[in-house]
Amino acid sequence: MNLYAIRSIYIFELSRTWRTLFQSIASPVLSTSLYFIVFGSAIGSRMQSIDGVSYGAYIVPGLILLTLLTESISNASFGIYMPKFTGAIYEVLSAPVSVLEVVIGYVGAAATKSVILGLIILVTARLFVPFEIAHPFVMIGFLVLIAVTFSLFGFLLGLWADSFEKLQIVPMMVVTPLTFLGGSFYSIDMLPPLWRTITLFNPVVYLVNGFRWAFYGIADVNVTVSVAMTVVFMLACLGIIWWIFRTGYKLRS
Amino acid sequence: MQSIVSVSGLSKVYASGFHALKAVDLEIRRGEIFALLGPNGAGKTTLIGIICGLVQPTSGKVLADGHDIISDYRAARSKIGLVPQELSTDMFETVWNTVSFSRGLFGKSPAPAHIERVLRDLSLWDKKDNKIATLSGGMKRRVLIAKALSHEPDILFLDEPTAGVDVELRRDMWELMRRLRETGVTIILTTHYIEEAEEMADRIGVINKGEIILVDDKVSLLNKLGKAQLTIELKTPLAQVPPELSDLPVELSADGAALVYTTNGQDGGQGNIAELLRRLGALGVDFKNLETRRSSLEDIFIDLVRARS
Repeated sequence: MNLYAIRSIYIFELSRTWRTLFQSIASPVLSTSLYFIVFGSAIGSRMQSIDGVSYGAYIVPGLILLTLLTESISNASFGIYMPKFTGAIYEVLSAPVSVLEVVIGYVGAAATKSVILGLIILVTARLFVPFEIAHPFVMIGFLVLIAVTFSLFGFLLGLWADSFEKLQIVPMMVVTPLTFLGGSFYSIDMLPPLWRTITLFNPVVYLVNGFRWAFYGIADVNVTVSVAMTVVFMLACLGIIWWIFRTGYKLRS
Repeated sequence: MQSIVSVSGLSKVYASGFHALKAVDLEIRRGEIFALLGPNGAGKTTLIGIICGLVQPTSGKVLADGHDIISDYRAARSKIGLVPQELSTDMFETVWNTVSFSRGLFGKSPAPAHIERVLRDLSLWDKKDNKIATLSGGMKRRVLIAKALSHEPDILFLDEPTAGVDVELRRDMWELMRRLRETGVTIILTTHYIEEAEEMADRIGVINKGEIILVDDKVSLLNKLGKAQLTIELKTPLAQVPPELSDLPVELSADGAALVYTTNGQDGGQGNIAELLRRLGALGVDFKNLETRRSSLEDIFIDLVRARS
């Protein structure tokens, strides 16, 4: 194991975060605050509690998740896309590093950043609405698992993308809709039966419900299924990344 | 002498069907400066790319310091430093961080003293806290060299190191290459500046259309293929070459004002030149000027490439 290489990539990638500290942290915090003001206070005050949880508190896991997903994907995809774009990737390709080491370095740094952001948003949310976390360790576990999984997905996206448009289209056109339609801000039990069934094909449903269960002990779907779905997705991403490096697809000519 | 890089039967066919390398064999000796010459598109960058791990070979085998570049890539790659042709590096990081990153990436423990030495050698020390984007083109190229040297490689590949570089920096780089060779680093450089190969290289390989058409010592290459020409400007033009000189390779210029003596350089031509001058003296042919010219690598190179195409 080339531990120095992992450490170098990890530190180098995180230093990009420190360089852009303000936009890295301020903008997600600002947008989350706006969500709370609109959904939590303005609209939420007129809504009933769901499963015994006030609406403001109910949307906290979904909001954290929304940031976690978009930030994980954009950090990791940008992290690997930029060296591809500038050509600096030659160095990683010519270095004595394995695929696993490269992935740990890049994905680890991206996931670290989004976990930190998730925690900052958790604290921000606490300023707007009172809530308690039923299973804090499970919550942290989910946070890390989701951050890693979607950083892997982002890394994959960054490897695949050959333009800035492609880099942005997936988070914008796929992930955001899936998150909004995946019961982040409502219980899927509120939907008509047909739509509820269709929604069950949305992977975000499982993430949100697992995460929400960690907060409040309530979920629309089985928690074990949630974890299993997340892990399966994670392994799929790892498998594709491994294949890309092995065959050199889009990396080596 | 043991080869430090050993290439055998290396071929590369790109997805487009382009045959970039055709069963290339090449041995690089430990500690030498080897110049790989060739026109654009000859396969220089592909060859380097394969050895460094950027391009996947279609077939063939490469050993770097005895390690297979594919099955034993860790050992092989940790020996190699690469300075690419393009100025491709992260633009927003500082020089220091970027160079330190490279060292770690190649599996070496942090060594600020070594990094400092490299930066000082390349006159980058006072720029160490500058962002790379703020540096001039020449400075950026130095950063790429510093990155390649950060992990103390035994084999250094320089892909067109002095393309688009000003004269002063070119001299600096040549100086640096010489110093590196003194420390035992093997240097392989591609170039299409023949002047550079002539100045720097111990041995020269010529590649054209994916084939190595020649590998030889620079000196013997110049001797074997180089031509020496002596032009004797006469005081009074002659109508024809005097019959006393007919056994020598002498021709009369079109206007009859000069005698041109050509030798292929292999015999050095020295003895015959003396003989020629002696006979001219005996014939009473007076001359006002002598001009000798040896063909450069450039002439040789152009002849070679033309002969094959």
